[in-house]
Amino acid sequence: MSRSRVVVIVWFVFLLLPLYWLFNMSLKTNAEILSGLTLVPQNPTLANYRTIFTDPSWYSGYINSLTYVGLNTLISLSVALPAAYAFSRYRFIGDKHMFFWLLTNRMAPAAVFLLPFFQLYQTIGLFDTHIAVALAHCLFNVPLAVWILEGFMSGVPKEIDETAYIDGYGFPRFFLTIFVPLIRSGIGVTAFFCFMFSWVELLLARTLTTVNAKPIAATMTRTVSAAGMDWATLAAAGVLTIVPGALVIWFVRNYIAKGFALGRV
Amino acid sequence: MDKTENNKAWLLVLPVFVIVAFSAIIPLITVVNYAFQDILGPQDRYWVGTEWFREVLTDDALQEALLRQLVFSTAVLLVEIPLGIVLALGMPSRGAGASAALVLMALPLLIPWNVVGTIWQIFARGDIGLAGWFINGPLGLDYNYTADPFDAWVTILVMDVWHWTPLVALLCYAGLRAIPDAYYQAASIDGASRWSVFRHIELPKMRGVLLIAVLLRFMDSFTIYTEPFVVTGGGPGNATTFLSIHLAKIAVGQFDLGPAAAISIVYFLIILTLSFVFYNVMIRVGTGSSKR
Repeated sequence: MSRSRVVVIVWFVFLLLPLYWLFNMSLKTNAEILSGLTLVPQNPTLANYRTIFTDPSWYSGYINSLTYVGLNTLISLSVALPAAYAFSRYRFIGDKHMFFWLLTNRMAPAAVFLLPFFQLYQTIGLFDTHIAVALAHCLFNVPLAVWILEGFMSGVPKEIDETAYIDGYGFPRFFLTIFVPLIRSGIGVTAFFCFMFSWVELLLARTLTTVNAKPIAATMTRTVSAAGMDWATLAAAGVLTIVPGALVIWFVRNYIAKGFALGRV
Repeated sequence: MDKTENNKAWLLVLPVFVIVAFSAIIPLITVVNYAFQDILGPQDRYWVGTEWFREVLTDDALQEALLRQLVFSTAVLLVEIPLGIVLALGMPSRGAGASAALVLMALPLLIPWNVVGTIWQIFARGDIGLAGWFINGPLGLDYNYTADPFDAWVTILVMDVWHWTPLVALLCYAGLRAIPDAYYQAASIDGASRWSVFRHIELPKMRGVLLIAVLLRFMDSFTIYTEPFVVTGGGPGNATTFLSIHLAKIAVGQFDLGPAAAISIVYFLIILTLSFVFYNVMIRVGTGSSKR
């Protein structure tokens, strides 16, 4: 066995241990967690999961998160598709500057936008709505979507466009009926990335919501109470936040490597 | 690819421009407003010029946070880039094993950042965490990330390696898969060693993706907030107060809008400069052989 294969195996053990520990704790009671270390739950219980699935203040967090993540993915893709096409096919005044400006927004620290976003969304009356979070996440997801899609689109030979135009296709019809189906794996990968970065972000999502659109990750802070930490419920909620991501990865597993290279290999 | 000159392409870019400008430019104007004024109420504001900038730039806390940030980001790159390359080289390249390895590898990237913090907060605790218990018990080391600055640093760094090395590995893996088999066959006919295959075939082919990896890892570690905030809250003392945590403390914690805005602008300019350098390097390398 090669040395790098050994490193990979060690890595996967390292990767799974903290996750196993979280899962392990989610099946215990708080009394068992605090009474000492056990590698497997002595009396496995699903009570923690039952708490989350029956208490609206818990499960609405999941619904809120999935709602704004879905909205964000939809908005990001629909504005990024034509723009990425423009960047991959045409030269126009300020194209390089525009692309760079977009990228800087992907890199910008969320902490800088904390306060201005709060005030902006309060002023326009969108505070504590799903659309507010979805729009705020566009700040980094739209540039990323343009970046990835541009990579995939540049891999499609230009002759296809030219042939279609000669055949009398107008741009909208060509784009929707020929071009978009050609890069559907790229679109899938881009949707995956929009989902991913909107799903994992919390700082902005938490700042822009109080009750109605509160993300699940923010609900988790509730487990700190006067009676001490509710570790077991916290662990169960944590496990449940990993599930949607794992499902989504499974769907894009065949494109994931190319996707992570932003379509550029 | 040859691109056609066409300024109507702007119409296609317009929706993106509008939606990003809404989220980027309006807030930035607000920040600039705060940075040059002392705002006491809606009608009660004074122009203070560069006072806030002078205040924050001579403030030790900001300089220390910046230094900490640079050390942290450098450490992140030094560990994650080589480790990511080794992992990519060792990952199975075909069959069911490849799919399973890819899914598993990507898993940490899909976990909400504060949950990553929570996982490690629990995992590293001396009383209820496996790692904390193991280091204190069987290993016999005195480890407590809430009290000892060094332990806190190690915890945050290991957590970041756990969280983000998969990104580097997946990028490199994609780069490796793009190398045609003929290259390897030619190398084995020439009797090339494993090292020279890596040095002369694999590394040059990974150049493009490695640059993306360095850019993303540097920038994202430079703006890290949620994970260390959940684990250490910036402590013990200020030991793990990175730039974003420092900024949020002043903006939301103390509500000092002027200084917070001034820090935001300085922070943003640093990011802008770094992005500019990386972007240009990427363009230059990208137009070479490795891209497309």
